[in-house]
Amino acid sequence: MNFRHSKSLAAFAAMLAAGVAGTSHANAKDLTLCWAAWDPANALVELSKDFEAKSGVTMKFEFVPWPNFADRMLNELNSGGKLCDLMIGDSQWIGGAAENGQYVKLNDFFDKEGIKMDDFIPATVVGYAEWPKNSPNYWALPAFGDVVGWSYRKDWFERPELQAEFKQKYGRDLAVPKTFAELKDIAEFFQKREIDGKTVYGAAIYTERGSEGITMGVMDVLYSYGFQYENPDKPYELDGFVNSAKAVQGLEFYKQLYDCCTPPGHSDAYMSEDIDAYKSGQVALQMNFAFTWPGINADANVGGDKSGYFPNPAGPDGVAFAQLGGQGISVVSASEKKDDALAYIKWFAQPEIQQKWWQMGGYSALRKVVEDPGFATSQPYAQTFLDSMAIVKDFWAEPAYASLLQAAQKRFHDYVVAGQGSAQDALDGLAKDWTQVFDDDGKY
Amino acid sequence: MLHSPVDRVAEATPRAIAKRFRGLSDRSLAWLFVAPTIVLLLAVNIFPLIWTIRLSFTNFRVNRPNAEVEFVGLKNYISILSDKDIWLTMQATAHFLIWTLVLQVLIGFALAYLINKKFRGNDLWTTIIVLPMMLSPAVVGNFWTFLYQPQIGLFNYAVGFLTGADPSSFSMIGDVTLAPWAIIIVDTWMWTPFVMLICLAGLRSIPDSIYEAAECDRASKWRQFWTITIPLVLPFLMLAVLFRGIENFKMFDLVVQLTGGGPGSITELTSINLKREAFEKWRTGYASAYAVILFVTVFGLASIYVKALNKVKQR
Repeated sequence: MNFRHSKSLAAFAAMLAAGVAGTSHANAKDLTLCWAAWDPANALVELSKDFEAKSGVTMKFEFVPWPNFADRMLNELNSGGKLCDLMIGDSQWIGGAAENGQYVKLNDFFDKEGIKMDDFIPATVVGYAEWPKNSPNYWALPAFGDVVGWSYRKDWFERPELQAEFKQKYGRDLAVPKTFAELKDIAEFFQKREIDGKTVYGAAIYTERGSEGITMGVMDVLYSYGFQYENPDKPYELDGFVNSAKAVQGLEFYKQLYDCCTPPGHSDAYMSEDIDAYKSGQVALQMNFAFTWPGINADANVGGDKSGYFPNPAGPDGVAFAQLGGQGISVVSASEKKDDALAYIKWFAQPEIQQKWWQMGGYSALRKVVEDPGFATSQPYAQTFLDSMAIVKDFWAEPAYASLLQAAQKRFHDYVVAGQGSAQDALDGLAKDWTQVFDDDGKY
Repeated sequence: MLHSPVDRVAEATPRAIAKRFRGLSDRSLAWLFVAPTIVLLLAVNIFPLIWTIRLSFTNFRVNRPNAEVEFVGLKNYISILSDKDIWLTMQATAHFLIWTLVLQVLIGFALAYLINKKFRGNDLWTTIIVLPMMLSPAVVGNFWTFLYQPQIGLFNYAVGFLTGADPSSFSMIGDVTLAPWAIIIVDTWMWTPFVMLICLAGLRSIPDSIYEAAECDRASKWRQFWTITIPLVLPFLMLAVLFRGIENFKMFDLVVQLTGGGPGSITELTSINLKREAFEKWRTGYASAYAVILFVTVFGLASIYVKALNKVKQR
């Protein structure tokens, strides 16, 4: 090899080395965060610019629409994929992700960085971070508090002619319902009513079959009717609790609400369909997660003073519960950038970042934010959010949650939408399905 | 002097390469050329099939990498075949399969028969008719959900216009009795053109001389249709049924977009049910057994059908 060639070769090698070094440097300095594709995710993109500026790490985002979110992300976790360094996963995934080693346990990290779970809303810690439940084993930092509640057409409720007609018919004011029975009366009152020359309907509720929709809706009502997942004194004993007389009554109520008071064709509706029905002025009441409220408040058609918000009303015994939504943020075990991912969580947990998060439309779970004296009046829905978060219950978070969820989806949709069998049949079948799942899981 | 192409190729082969392969028989060379394809086939087809059969005898769950995998014998097969819900999905699939085939064959053949007549704008009509099958099933499913929408849907409006019924009084995809027909209508709309094209190929392959001979024998049009057209188009028609039958047995995307398997489980076809078991409940061993049962069913039915097709062709 002559000198001229060796010089060229050396230059080429240097360029190659520089390229490789550059590539590895770029890889080490970016992080991918996986979440659902929805409004709060857009807010997080904006919020994360602060982290990028402070850390020099470039944030990448992988957002998947809700109906495919669980499928896509659980596939990613199960296959040990390296796409996501940070995962804002659904609360129900925590059991499986913890037991299968898909999330990094964060206890040591929290201790080292002085992050205390006592600083977060207790329900979000249990729901989003702990596995086993009610044990100090943390797999996530509560990232986004969410809960099912209701929005309603305040401007319609305030119309004198409607108020008078309602009072004459039901003997009470047309106001925010205190019980589910009252809620149904209101929904019936508005069903197929002409308002401003347009036919409107009672309520948009969850009826979706494919992912988790109808289960979230039904459970949201069943809790207040006295449904219990299991014998409180004997875990995994389901018969007599899942299919108790009170639970049957609650499921019957949900079907009555679906039959009497939903818009035509509302047989496969979840979050986005309910938002569409409400924002287009079709319905008086909307069941939906709290994350929808900032969007409703800002909407040109139904926003501002036209809408109000209220937490789940009480069941027949006067108790009220609500279905927990929301997610925690976790570090994915398969990630090769765990240190940067932990740095992101440390940044995210700061009170000032959490405050900013709330201001941008993200529901912070940090007590310092939500217990601030000005919080309740900071937005028209803030008090409803606080009231709702105080009464939450969540679906199973067991490693077998997907099987438990699918069984519920089928049983509830078969009864509520398809009208097959009775509520007792549906819940007896569900208790049997769930018992089988736990039996397969070696719980008995 | 070079006699054949083989000789010419042999002569043109560089000496170094020829030397390397000298001593290899024709058979060995043939194997050498075919081997990459066989290896590829084994890797992407046969190995997954064998692996699936193996998994079908276990309780393996892909989302439990740390759990012990146990051999469960025929348990998965027994529980599938004795599961009432799975038989309901089989019934839903059979209903969908039979009615889509019947409608697509009847309408497809009728359209082909009409298009085969020489008239002005024949090509334009053919193009318009085949448009639906050029669309993605996901897109078709999505826009038909709008067409079926009780308040704004054109389908409901058209039915209301023709029958006088209130368009918002019925929901094609939310009603237990209507939903199975809703998916049949959409699949028929989309895939009838495919059957039409195959039938058209069959009709155009019949020589005019046969009809001319029949005319000479004073055979009526009706008789010509039953004794010439139908028998000669039948192999094509059967081929179309085979293609559509296999496709619709594994129908997934269109129905998921339209109904998601609902209301309840009324339109939950076997492929949707299988996907739920495999990728939502993560029962990998169970889903493998389910897939094997479906594979054997399709393979068995298709084999019987192909034999019948061959018999028809030989006639």
